[in-house]
Amino acid sequence: MSELVLLGDEAVALGAIHAGLSGAYGYPGTPSSEILEYLINEAEKTKAFRATWSSNEKTAYEEALGTSIAGKRAIVTMKHVGLNVAADPFMNSALLKINGGLVIVVADDPGMHSSQGEQDSRFFADFAKVPCFEPTNQQEAYAMTREAFDLSEKWKVPVLIRMVTRLAHSRAVITPWEKIRPQNPVKKTEDTRGWRLLPAIAQKLWIDLLETNKEFNSYSEATDFNKLTINPDYKKVGIITTGLGKNYFEENLADMGVKPSHLHIGFYPAPADKIKKLADSVDKILVIEEGYPFIETKLRGILPQSIAIEGKLDGKIPMTGELDPDVVRPSLGLDKIATKKVEGLPGRPPQLCQGCPHVDTYEAINLAVKDYPQHLVASDIGCYSLGALPPYNAIETIICMGASIGTAQGAAEAGLRPALAVIGDSTFYHSGLTGLVNAVAANAPITLIILDNSTVAMTGGQATILPSSKLYPLIIGLGADPEHVKTIVPVKKNLEENAAIIKKEMEYEGLSVIISVRECLEEAKRRIKREAMKK
Amino acid sequence: MKYDIILAGVGGQGVLSLAAIIAKGAMKDGLQVRQSEVHGMSQRGGAVMSHLRLSDSNISSDLVRKGTADLILGMEPMEVLRYSEFLAPEGVIITAKEPFINIPNYPEIQSIYDKVNGFKGSRLVESVALAKEAGNARAVNMVVIGAAASVLPVKAESLKEAISELFAAKGADTVAKNLKAFDLGLGK
Repeated sequence: MSELVLLGDEAVALGAIHAGLSGAYGYPGTPSSEILEYLINEAEKTKAFRATWSSNEKTAYEEALGTSIAGKRAIVTMKHVGLNVAADPFMNSALLKINGGLVIVVADDPGMHSSQGEQDSRFFADFAKVPCFEPTNQQEAYAMTREAFDLSEKWKVPVLIRMVTRLAHSRAVITPWEKIRPQNPVKKTEDTRGWRLLPAIAQKLWIDLLETNKEFNSYSEATDFNKLTINPDYKKVGIITTGLGKNYFEENLADMGVKPSHLHIGFYPAPADKIKKLADSVDKILVIEEGYPFIETKLRGILPQSIAIEGKLDGKIPMTGELDPDVVRPSLGLDKIATKKVEGLPGRPPQLCQGCPHVDTYEAINLAVKDYPQHLVASDIGCYSLGALPPYNAIETIICMGASIGTAQGAAEAGLRPALAVIGDSTFYHSGLTGLVNAVAANAPITLIILDNSTVAMTGGQATILPSSKLYPLIIGLGADPEHVKTIVPVKKNLEENAAIIKKEMEYEGLSVIISVRECLEEAKRRIKREAMKK
Repeated sequence: MKYDIILAGVGGQGVLSLAAIIAKGAMKDGLQVRQSEVHGMSQRGGAVMSHLRLSDSNISSDLVRKGTADLILGMEPMEVLRYSEFLAPEGVIITAKEPFINIPNYPEIQSIYDKVNGFKGSRLVESVALAKEAGNARAVNMVVIGAAASVLPVKAESLKEAISELFAAKGADTVAKNLKAFDLGLGK
């Protein structure tokens, strides 16, 4: 098969197709979205497998589990914080006897380019006691995905692949394998007991998983993804790299004038024997890893030890932010490269697009709350988070998907009035429904404003799980009082009227829901293009 | 041979298409390519940059080291300055001349031009005027790539092939105008 230029995310997707994938599920989230976008495009072309967005990461994960019990291979994709949402099925599925291969791809965002946190998903794999791959380039992303499916079926466990932003969104050439594996036939597991986590069974399955972990360890020692090279003539320092740390180490290697002993870890659990072998060959170990000091913490332990260890915990490498060749360079004892920096340039932060409907909603909210010094506007995750920036300064909290509703309710119950929650349509479908039920049950004195722009805008305009027309009946169906469910159209000329509607509902001592409906401008452009293509 | 490029601009200006065309052209010349992009939140009218690395041997890092870039290529004159610390001592800046002003505190433009010109061998390209001359006001990126063609280690013909392929679906007229914009940028 000929060479292809692919994003890291796309290399994962192709690896999954070539491993005989039958079902692909996920929820959009930078930097993971392109995996499923690639799979959806391919599925539309070939009709060979199923690939769809789900309402959130948890439902996506559960669909993938269903695919697995039916004997077919499934992949589920999400960003790092998405795994928090899917943590319940993820952690518990570690105990199941996986049937069709199940691979979870989680894209972390070190440096928080497009995220609210920096969490390192290797801890989740370790927590669940499942194997984890961490590729360093597109070719490995492809190869590891195929391998992950093999191991999942061999060991009957889910396998996690940890991506990071730089790899997810970097393009390079890959050479796919000649042999593409066929999909599994539908064949329900013969071991449904291995899928019933009743305490008495789960206790046994937990012991089984710990037993299988021994096989992960053996694989970890044998695989070339964990590669140890010893330089017997240089003892000063040995290097352990994980993930993209390897690339940045190699980028600086020529300037070191010597090739230190080096262990690269691309598969977890980490290879203990190889680490010991490296330690026996050098006076000191430097750990370069993208993310938290995961390996380094394991190496250091608490009690004194015979070998010096350097890395993030002693400040040789910064604890926060993304690695790059310049960040890694000083830890290798190399001088900084001279640079000429132009100082004093103003920043250019991201901002809401010219004419964005959110702007008009925020102007109406600001007008409505301006005479209420004790107000709270809780918000959520999406393009509209940018309403926190000047000139709008319209929202005060951004925490996690769906948090606006509960936060506003709790604040109102504590005595803050008026309390507003502002959430996007897709975020509402993702994690707002249970929050609304909670507010309905208490008839909480909050005003929930749903920004219905008919798309998942922040991540590139994926379709929302339900169309706009379903939103109103859904809210009524969940029990909101139709007297206090209003629809507004956020345009300049409606400013005063919209502000008056918001103000009136704010003053109502009970739950109000206001749907602010206007299509995202970027989505409108894409829709017009799509419609033109169809003609 | 190794040639490292930082591409800079504002979200929506087509920085990624600059990267895509140069990468495609370089591959036609048999070079290895790594291209790092930024997606997501920063694309919303904010500063956008991309690392593009070309080499005749293996490339380890997706990211260029500071002080080592051969070229900073930009769609906006202040945005190229933002990444000036990536530039090698002999590196050059080539950028579209027209400012993109979507912030209230954009500096006085002559001070920006003076700073760009302070980097030896740098060039401010009249991309809007040249794109209009080529018959397609939207072809500013092609003007900028044309301007870069004089320093890139990629054959102008290979870049033009890449442009032709990119616009093929839009018809012969669009292809011709974009190639014309490229030529005008190159100074033909």
